[in-house]
Amino acid sequence: MHARETSALLYLDGVSVSFDGFLALNELSFTIDPGEMRAIIGPNGAGKTTMMDVVTGKTRPQRGDVLFDGTHRLTELDESDIAELGIGRKFQKPTVFESHTVEDNLRLALKADRRARAALLWRASVDEERRIGRLFETIRLGAMRSRLAGSLSHGQKQWLEIGMLLAQEPKLLLVDEPVAGMTDAETHQTAELLREINRQRTVVVVEHDMAFVRELGVKVTVLHEGTVIAEGSIDQVSENERVIEVYLGR
Amino acid sequence: MTALLARGLLLPALARKRARAGTGIAAFVVVILGLAVAVPALNLAVPPDSPFHVPTYLVSLWGKYACYAMLALSIDLIWGYCGILSLGHGAFFALGGYAMGMYLMRQIGTRGVYANPILPDFMVFLNWDHLPFYWWGFNSFAYAAVMVLLVPGLLAFVFGWFAFRSRVTGVYLSIITQALTFALMLSFFRNNFGFGGNNGLTDFKDVLGFNVQAAGTRDALFGITCLVLAAALTMCHAIVTSKFGKVLVAIRDAEARARFLGYKVESYKLLVFTLSACIAGVAGALYVPQVGIINPSEFAPANSIEEVIWVAVGGRGTLTGAILGAVVVNYGKTYFTSGALAPYWLFVLGGLFVGVTLLLPRGVVGTVRHLLEKRRKPEMPDPDPQPAGAPAPAE
Repeated sequence: MHARETSALLYLDGVSVSFDGFLALNELSFTIDPGEMRAIIGPNGAGKTTMMDVVTGKTRPQRGDVLFDGTHRLTELDESDIAELGIGRKFQKPTVFESHTVEDNLRLALKADRRARAALLWRASVDEERRIGRLFETIRLGAMRSRLAGSLSHGQKQWLEIGMLLAQEPKLLLVDEPVAGMTDAETHQTAELLREINRQRTVVVVEHDMAFVRELGVKVTVLHEGTVIAEGSIDQVSENERVIEVYLGR
Repeated sequence: MTALLARGLLLPALARKRARAGTGIAAFVVVILGLAVAVPALNLAVPPDSPFHVPTYLVSLWGKYACYAMLALSIDLIWGYCGILSLGHGAFFALGGYAMGMYLMRQIGTRGVYANPILPDFMVFLNWDHLPFYWWGFNSFAYAAVMVLLVPGLLAFVFGWFAFRSRVTGVYLSIITQALTFALMLSFFRNNFGFGGNNGLTDFKDVLGFNVQAAGTRDALFGITCLVLAAALTMCHAIVTSKFGKVLVAIRDAEARARFLGYKVESYKLLVFTLSACIAGVAGALYVPQVGIINPSEFAPANSIEEVIWVAVGGRGTLTGAILGAVVVNYGKTYFTSGALAPYWLFVLGGLFVGVTLLLPRGVVGTVRHLLEKRRKPEMPDPDPQPAGAPAPAE
């Protein structure tokens, strides 16, 4: 391993991605400190999802540097390597294994040896059951344990997916629009859940819903056209002229 | 002891479910093993004038069905559980068949038309003066048996390595598998490729010293095919019910999610694809001595598509459905193509595929299983209510 190059947990420097000439990320730079919860907002096409794709290894940037934990150069790794390093990703559309039971969804996500051989030789263990039991306490889906994940409601799937991320025991959680399509009560519960998770893990939330971001009450980074235009508390950024211009149109 | 007890308390739902799926498979295995004994017995021990006598030609026909069933099983393993739709699995079947055919050819020896002790007839006919290197060793059964696994397995590994690493999926993968089997068919049709050209390999005399035409040999081959089929089914069941199998289904349903959880999707796919090709190769090797010929038409793309239809009819992702589908559709094929309805078989096959896709998307076994599950559900309320422990943090 190389010496630590930064104290930040996640460090992006001058990252650029273009698709057929369209610049999705333009010299994007920001850092996330260990233990932090950060909200990333921005209008459609601001590059939020592309940023997540770069961090999780789905998209390779043309230029720029992405460091995790100060030592791992994420631009050289693939999705599964990055997941094993401790970065969990929640998709915008809840993505769970629909034809597995809720319990098996969590079981597959539990931090363990991911190699095919280990999966072939796997046996049920009491320790694993306990870990799954603890996850059920957090995500409150215990009653759904042996239901197929495909039969869950939209909000329940979101929580199951968050539960699966927790099962991975990641250091950093990337959460893409967690409250899209949720009721007010579910939105409120999700904010609580994220705060609870943030006690042990660093969380980055990409969001559209300003009320939700306000409820989270964390530092906000505003993206526009693939670059950072403002950073600070929600009150600071919402007074920023550039942000107002971008959000209200010129 | 306490650990066992705790396990018993913690895992009842899981164990029950597994036991249920297990009994279905076990019953199936028992039936196959029963046939392995009963059919040869009815052929050999029952006098030919008895209504219970099974003629030798039927033993071979059913043996052929059993080989097809094994091939269908191999397709279901990758398609039903991992979503890899191979439209070229006939290629692995045929390669296994050719490996066995080469052994059988070398066993003919001086009994061939040209009585050449080394060269098969077709090579003498082509004026070849020595055995090509890739025919070396095939006079040994053990070597041929290894090749039956190795050749399809290696091809699948190399093909899969490139395809899965480049993340070729869905329709694109299916098309390349078609191209693969088509390319092999064209190659095997060529005389100078060294596998008998369009005549293929035939006129076999004996296998391991037994006359391939003899009733006793036919019965033994049928019995062995059933045993191997039962073993393959048991192995596939063990695989799909393991955590490995659950990962396969996870990849089938949400490949990106599986990747972001840290699973190396390509290794899982490669492993199961290679294994499936080996099973198909064994099926082909057992097929050749029972039908007495292997030729390039086994590589025909249409064959591979037909094989997928067997699985669709029986029910993908059920294992037993693949076996039933292969037997039923092939029985139908034999029935139709041996009577006045012969010209209409392809219409029946096409209609079957369309009908099953539209009306029975789960296939026969899948639909029955689904209905049983539905019936069972109301009687069996969820056995695990919310665990009583520390309350949830929120609210």
